[in-house]
Amino acid sequence: MNHAADLPVWAALLASFLVLLGASLTLVGAIGLVRLKTFYDRLHAPSLGATWGAAGILLGSILFFSVLQSRPVLHEVLIAVFLTVTTPVTLMLLGRAALYRDRSENAVDLPPPLRTDGETRSGDSI
Amino acid sequence: MSRLLPYPLLAVSLLAMWLLLNGLSLGHLVLGSVIGVAASNVTAALQPPRSRIRRWHLIPKLVAIVLVDVWRSNVAVARLILFPGQHRRVSGFVIVPLELREPAALAILACILTCTPGTAWVEYDSTANKLLIHVFDLVDEAHWIDLITNRYERLLLEILA
Repeated sequence: MNHAADLPVWAALLASFLVLLGASLTLVGAIGLVRLKTFYDRLHAPSLGATWGAAGILLGSILFFSVLQSRPVLHEVLIAVFLTVTTPVTLMLLGRAALYRDRSENAVDLPPPLRTDGETRSGDSI
Repeated sequence: MSRLLPYPLLAVSLLAMWLLLNGLSLGHLVLGSVIGVAASNVTAALQPPRSRIRRWHLIPKLVAIVLVDVWRSNVAVARLILFPGQHRRVSGFVIVPLELREPAALAILACILTCTPGTAWVEYDSTANKLLIHVFDLVDEAHWIDLITNRYERLLLEILA
């Protein structure tokens, strides 16, 4: 794949813009992870890299290889799909673990439980 | 239809994935179809809940809304991280009463909310049917409840029966 020089200027510019955009958003997310004060705030920062951060890099990759091979190269779409589908698993696990810890420690500023004690325990919480 | 293809959407998705990975050709079309049908039949043993898509034409609308919202939220959160001094940001929890009960629809809502950097899905209770989210820049609770119920939940209720 050493034909990057064959890439037309418009495609090279657009692909670099997309990759840089994605990389910058991911970097900002990483900075947020370091700089934000509370755990719940830090939950939000990595989403930047998982959404448009990844999307920018993947769109750049689709454009680069599609123009270079003169046919649509779309398997990056799968990366985006699987990233979107799996991100909630980790985030919900972390969020719920933190909430459980804070509730058992009686931390301040916590939301009330979603279910009051009078209700039957037939449903599961997810 | 139901004997050979218990989960048609799964079979079609597997075929699409196969073709995206291997390139479009007659051989891969046949091989991918066989794999799609076989894998969706194996999955039937797990008896996942079946959901029906009623209004296909609303899916592009939902995808477009979500892409735009996720972009806006990316920009907003990035700005708040880089320039924290601009205004006093208050983050907090919001309880959203839901109407949705369909597992697939709830899963899609979870993807939407966690992929939006400004909101994080924290807890859901199926008995009370309430959702607890954490909002990064909480100005008005009612705004977020309104956003989730009227912008995403209503569309999801229409799309999935």
